[in-house]
Amino acid sequence: MARVTIPIGPQHPALKEPERFMVTVEGETIVDADVRIGHIHRGLEKLFEQRTYLQNIHITERICGICSFTHSTNFCQATEYILGVEPPRRGLYLRTLMNEFERIHSHLLWLGVAGHEMGFDTLLMWSWDDRERILDLFEDITGNRVTHAFNTIGGVRRDITDAQIQRILHTMDIMEERTKAYIQVGLNEQTILKRTQGVGILTTADAKRLCAVGPRLRASNVKYDVRKNDPYAAYGELPFEVITSDTLDVHGQLVVRALELLECVKMCRYMVQNLPAGEIRVKVPRKVPPGEAISRTEAPRGEDIHYLRSNGTDKPERLKVRAPTLANILNVAHTLKGANIADIPLIVAGIDPCMGCMDRVLILDRDKESCKVMSAEQLREYSIEWYRKEAYR
Amino acid sequence: MKRPGIMIKDVFKRLTMKPVTSKYPAEKSPAEPGYRGKMEFYVDKCISCGMCAKDCPSFACVMEEIDGKKRPVFYLDKCMFCAQCEESCPKDAIKMTTEYELAHLAGNPQIVK
Ligand code: SF4
Ligand code: SF4
Repeated sequence: MARVTIPIGPQHPALKEPERFMVTVEGETIVDADVRIGHIHRGLEKLFEQRTYLQNIHITERICGICSFTHSTNFCQATEYILGVEPPRRGLYLRTLMNEFERIHSHLLWLGVAGHEMGFDTLLMWSWDDRERILDLFEDITGNRVTHAFNTIGGVRRDITDAQIQRILHTMDIMEERTKAYIQVGLNEQTILKRTQGVGILTTADAKRLCAVGPRLRASNVKYDVRKNDPYAAYGELPFEVITSDTLDVHGQLVVRALELLECVKMCRYMVQNLPAGEIRVKVPRKVPPGEAISRTEAPRGEDIHYLRSNGTDKPERLKVRAPTLANILNVAHTLKGANIADIPLIVAGIDPCMGCMDRVLILDRDKESCKVMSAEQLREYSIEWYRKEAYR
Repeated sequence: MKRPGIMIKDVFKRLTMKPVTSKYPAEKSPAEPGYRGKMEFYVDKCISCGMCAKDCPSFACVMEEIDGKKRPVFYLDKCMFCAQCEESCPKDAIKMTTEYELAHLAGNPQIVK
């Protein structure tokens, strides 16, 4: 049969974000797939170098519109590592609590999106309705629904009250009940089973080889979670299990995320019931001594890494962000091979992609209508040339 | 054994529920008490130190000359309501409120002085 190459995207291949997949098909079956990233590069890493640490807390939060808190946690942690300060325990607990809230809201969001991609919009309506409760909690506790501005270098900015603790416990009861219902739906509902079982299989060996992260990795039966393997904030003291699945497919990812929701609820309960008393933050200087640090967190979508280098001023010299989607996009290109065209949205949405977080520069030649891949050496020469022409921007 | 129709109970429950959405703006929808919205500025407390403008991440807060004195002016179209200005102010001259209805027509920007 003749091979045909078709572009999927950049207009919204799965979620409402631009990314292009070039897929080569034979009939209905995909034989080759290539990903082109770089449609919504925002130049954030350059911006970080021009703002102070204090301002950067709020800008790192805008890397991702869903897992905003994990990015600011990462940045604050990296800065704390260089400064050599340790936030008070209450501050760490509150930080961890917000990270878990974020996981609940992100996983519910994914569940809805996955339902939508399967053509099961009831699930989308219901899970997003439940997600609203967490967003209301966020609004009350942190001051905003998505970009919380709750983290700061040396702790967190707001304390929680007893009334809020009661409210969290009440919401967690509802969440637990709803999550159990979703688990029943995910394990028994024919629409979901027929659509997801055996779709997007990534074997354990391939997951390790392609450096998959997060629920995608755990759905490929690898027990790896930064919260457990390299505990940060208060995770070292919390009781929770790392959930894995051995079905390796999109259904496995659904099960991993749904069961993780239960673990989140358990952790949140434990944290508010065992919240240490005391301060929530320590005072830190505005200028950060020269040094470098790497900080890792487990974002709802997987491992998120920030590398920070400081030079003694109040502005960072370099902040490098490796968002989880960048690690996962490789295995999408791999799992697409052998799948059906109709499964593309489901496989792409399966990793819970966030293109905006991970996008890199794409160099386009408008006259020749082509894009170019540059080597590190070429990029270096290009940037020296660019700075020579425009001394300061 | 896979059970079909697992969602039927929920479907019936939802049928008798009142709608989850509200009729905003016909019906008011107040923000949560902890929400950070439009700020209030108490000019008599301000000592013109400029810390708020220095720490604002989005340059929404800038120092301008008003009545011969340097005062912060908040351009709400640029503001992301992070409350960094409130935190940085040594004199508590800035306070966030829960007001969030800030939509306006072009050419009529929302400014807090
Ligand atoms: S709330 Fe944040 S963005 Fe708005 S004026 Fe204050 S510091 Fe600037
Ligand atoms: S930080 Fe406070 S006192 Fe200083 S200029 Fe701003 S509002 Fe006035």
